[in-house]
Amino acid sequence: MSIVQVKNLKKHYGQTEVLKDISVEISEKEVVCVIGPSGSGKSTFLRCLNRLEEITSGTILVNGHEMTDNNSDINKFRQEVGMVFQQFNLFPHKTVLQNITLAPIKLKGKSKTEADALGMALLEKVGLKEKANSYPSQLSGGQQQRVAIARALAMEPKIMLFDEPTSALDPEMVGDVLQVMKDLATEGMTMVIVTHEMGFARDVCDRVIFMDGGYIVEEGDPKVLFTNPKHERTRSFLSKVLQS
Amino acid sequence: MDAAINALPYLMQGLVTTLYIFGVAIIIGFIIGLIVALMRLTHIKPLQWIAKIYVNIIRGTPLLVQIFFIYFGLNSLSFISLDREVAGIITIAINAGAYLSENIRAGIQSIDKGQTEASRSLGFSGGQTMRFIILPQALRRMLPTFTNQAIITLKDTSLLSVIGIADLTQRGEVQASATFESFAIWTTVGIIYFIIIYILTLLSNFVERRYKLR
Repeated sequence: MSIVQVKNLKKHYGQTEVLKDISVEISEKEVVCVIGPSGSGKSTFLRCLNRLEEITSGTILVNGHEMTDNNSDINKFRQEVGMVFQQFNLFPHKTVLQNITLAPIKLKGKSKTEADALGMALLEKVGLKEKANSYPSQLSGGQQQRVAIARALAMEPKIMLFDEPTSALDPEMVGDVLQVMKDLATEGMTMVIVTHEMGFARDVCDRVIFMDGGYIVEEGDPKVLFTNPKHERTRSFLSKVLQS
Repeated sequence: MDAAINALPYLMQGLVTTLYIFGVAIIIGFIIGLIVALMRLTHIKPLQWIAKIYVNIIRGTPLLVQIFFIYFGLNSLSFISLDREVAGIITIAINAGAYLSENIRAGIQSIDKGQTEASRSLGFSGGQTMRFIILPQALRRMLPTFTNQAIITLKDTSLLSVIGIADLTQRGEVQASATFESFAIWTTVGIIYFIIIYILTLLSNFVERRYKLR
């Protein structure tokens, strides 16, 4: 049962074609990593999935909702799609706990007690229970990103999108964030992850999509794709990123 | 010295009028400023134009002319009748609103676009994002400029003495000409303004510390 169905997605910025013709399906509980050189369109593709980017043509079905339909309530659909950003984007005027509980309280009508309990449970899950009353600026990058993951999870999404979640982190912070994501994958969360962490892509993902120049060049089982890529472009990209 | 002390109760009544007009006008002005700032940030062209024209007219004309226009100009029309306090409050509010709208707009635009994206991705609408995420941060950030405008506006109310509002300045005038003690009276009036503005500054520093964006 596919939870995401993308058909003939095209996206232009003025004259520049960023996504040329993307068709892809993602099944429930699947963990998909999207890799590729910068400028390949992978982040744009991810952002189209919850319509942070307006698409030029094509269709995107998420949870059976047509995301690009202007007559339907995009805000409702987005509640089911969690997103984690490269720059965390925590709300600096709210405490860690308030960052997590704001959306469930305002959008789902949860009581403060209920939301706080949920928030504390999520903080425990990402290992930051003791930071509940801190402000985001008092946290390290890795901690902020784990809070951002908890914030997205608080809306109980059916799918989680990660846009280079570890790219802005100091190397020693990366492990904790990846561990949280690994746990999520084990629990059966459907995830689409744009990443440069090749080790993570190889070990955790069910499928790897390699994008270049606005196309999906190649996709498949990470073990196969990483060891025996079919396309020359995949091969040259992997040889550059894997040797480091 | 005696003249100043004797005039003090009379001047204090003027201060009450000054503070009353300032208080009402700055609140209305803030609401106008907020609405106009949001109008300029919509994608609806006519709203943007109206907001722009308003700000440019207010910025491009002297406050004294605005006071005369609203009190004498509008009142000369047969279907309008404003008493001086109302005319004064309207003028000061409209004037402060134009300047505040520019400050509020700059404050809103200074908030990182990632904040909007994070909020929208959680399912908040554009309006909710503005209310819960952007405005609370923007207003905190613009607190120093808001204080600045409030101080200017408080001082601007002294111009209302020209249309006969019995504010601190107008009562100073009355006392100065009645007692012929111009030096003592105007020194006293100046000190009173200074103290009030100093208190306003302290208050704002306190609020700023308390609600600082961490």
